[in-house]
Amino acid sequence: MSAMSSNWDRRSVLRAAAGLAALGPLAACGSNNGRSGGGSSGKSIKQYFHAYGEAGVEDALKRYAKAYDKAAVNTQWITSADYESKLFSALLTDNAPDVFEFHPQIQLIKSGQVADLSDIIDPVKSDFNPADIASHTVDGKIYGVRMIDDPQFFFYRKSVLEKAKIQPPTTLDELIEAAAKLTTGKVKGLFIGNDLHAVINPLIWSSGADTLDAKNQIAYHTEGVKEGIKKMRQLFTSGHLLLDAPTDYWDPSAIVQGLTPIQFCGMWAMPVMQKALGDDLGIFPFPKVTDSGKQSVVNGGWSMFVNAKGKNADLAKEYVKWLWIDQKKYQEDFALSYGFHIPPRASIAASATKLKTGLPAEGVKLFNDFGHFDNIGWTQAMITALEDVFANCVRKNGDPEAELSKADTTVNRELKKLFG
Amino acid sequence: MSTTTTRGVAHPASAKASPARPRRGLRGSSTFNFWLFTSPFLIGLTVFVYVPIGWSLWLSFFEARFTVTPSKFVGFDNYWQMLQDSKFTGSLVTFTVFAVFIVPATWALSLGLALLVNRLRFMKAFFRSVFFLPTACSYVAAALIWKMSMFSGVRFGLMNTILGWFGVENIAWLANPDPPWYWLVIVTLRLWLQAGFYMILFLAALQNIPPELYEAAAIDGAKPGWQTFRYITLPQLRATSTAVILLLVIAAYQAFDEFFNLLAKTTWGRPPLVELYYTALGESQDYGEGSAGAVILTLLILIVTLAQGKFLGFGRGDDK
Repeated sequence: MSAMSSNWDRRSVLRAAAGLAALGPLAACGSNNGRSGGGSSGKSIKQYFHAYGEAGVEDALKRYAKAYDKAAVNTQWITSADYESKLFSALLTDNAPDVFEFHPQIQLIKSGQVADLSDIIDPVKSDFNPADIASHTVDGKIYGVRMIDDPQFFFYRKSVLEKAKIQPPTTLDELIEAAAKLTTGKVKGLFIGNDLHAVINPLIWSSGADTLDAKNQIAYHTEGVKEGIKKMRQLFTSGHLLLDAPTDYWDPSAIVQGLTPIQFCGMWAMPVMQKALGDDLGIFPFPKVTDSGKQSVVNGGWSMFVNAKGKNADLAKEYVKWLWIDQKKYQEDFALSYGFHIPPRASIAASATKLKTGLPAEGVKLFNDFGHFDNIGWTQAMITALEDVFANCVRKNGDPEAELSKADTTVNRELKKLFG
Repeated sequence: MSTTTTRGVAHPASAKASPARPRRGLRGSSTFNFWLFTSPFLIGLTVFVYVPIGWSLWLSFFEARFTVTPSKFVGFDNYWQMLQDSKFTGSLVTFTVFAVFIVPATWALSLGLALLVNRLRFMKAFFRSVFFLPTACSYVAAALIWKMSMFSGVRFGLMNTILGWFGVENIAWLANPDPPWYWLVIVTLRLWLQAGFYMILFLAALQNIPPELYEAAAIDGAKPGWQTFRYITLPQLRATSTAVILLLVIAAYQAFDEFFNLLAKTTWGRPPLVELYYTALGESQDYGEGSAGAVILTLLILIVTLAQGKFLGFGRGDDK
């Protein structure tokens, strides 16, 4: 100890501190800014992305960012499960991202968190899927740029269904019956995710209902939806549903590993499934729940938003315009090279040869025939209210009428706050 | 050692000489030294504990959605909403039940382990380490191991593989609340993670019991084993037991990590902190209601702790 004390006198400590201070700028070189030089302009932008499951997406986004020469773009790659909470928390601080991906939700606009992007989208508005434009528009202003459209449907092993003499189900009853016939030993007939949340909206649409109507009033509380929930309970307790799988519905592992012959998933996973199963793969939309219902496909996807309260809002807008409006080559690469997504721009979709034939073309057809897009008025709190209905009725045997009424209270409170 | 000795011998007068050389300024002041050493911690405590608590209390009286600097005062509305929210009140009830079960279970297991390793004649250090090591594991990592490999609902899961040898069908341990197998997963995980730590506390207490007590008891005819444990060991562990129970009760109400990672997006098995997390950070970003819930939870923990302290006599001397 004494030896150390004599070596570490005040001068030494000051010298060491000065040395550390000098090393500071070097340490900054290690940060993930997506560029080697930090940008010739000296300006920087921070962007948030949730972690995509497909290999290569992260590198691609950093490559695009590196090609931007008007600012250094720092990419934060966040685990999917933590994305919402990290994004929402960050948006309240000075450390908020300037640019981030999310789904169109009106509370982001009402709370002034996202910037109006009409001026950069208007010139190319006619090239975008009109449904995507509508889902990002409030009072005539467009608040986000759609990057990709992600239709979700059922994938199935053709050979397994043929062997069991089962046609792709077109009604929920047929799906329940198919799950029963296809369950053998350790293989369960059907996988719709561990928490079943992915099929909530399809169930509502396939019952002939909707989440909200055109006047932003509750449209999900119908007899058809109640009937659908009861059928889902029947399926859940049948023992023919794969539960507690190591990965959730968005990952193709369950069908690829042979844990189930039918899985609800997104078109993004199609290339991985095709690679593993070859031509032994088919798709069908969420089946009809009631006679008055119609098959449905949920069109998910991600959009780019600019933090309106950020220090670099204008710079961020320029970057969003550059990447998600001007750089069609990158947009096509992002949509088609790391999993299949449908480009929201007609001009890119028209040249997407990978989506023109075979199973991808069938996916596009289901997207066009049965697709339902985001409703900007359907917020996170409302989504949670219906997730609770599913958890309490389907997984816990609650009464659908009572649980839907409980959800109504939450949703109406939310609607009142948003629309008065 | 030799350096110290040499210096001590070579400069015997230095200690006497120092009073003659008055120390300059604040360096000699014990008050200055006190603040020098404690201020970093006090600043940290103020910035990271007291300010957030105060801010949270302030937020609880405002409508604070998507903002932590709100302007609309709502009085006790947030408290009223939280107390009316069946999910939040349900989580408080569920976790009172959880605490009633997990606290005695951990107490008994950790005491049992302490008694076991205290008596060991060989490989004492090895067994103490084995039981203590899980304490070093993160709750998140342990939860993922439990979920992904031990209690996975598919045939690859360790438990399902073992049950499969006996012809038992795969069990969905976490996805199905009926039967509530998820409690088995959570309780085994929590016992594995925390029993080792409390074992160390009991072990320290056991080693502080004077051997004369056992010798005197033996002379008086007490039989070793249950009789000695019941009338000597257990009363001597009273203070430690009370402290352990207190810590366990607080830990039970503060449960978050394993529940958040094991039971994602369920409406059951949610501890209050997970419920508050979803209220304030997850979906609705309602910092007002979240803060009101946090105040309610704090008061509840305070009441339970005080009641438990009163009941078990925390702070009373062992001789009373």
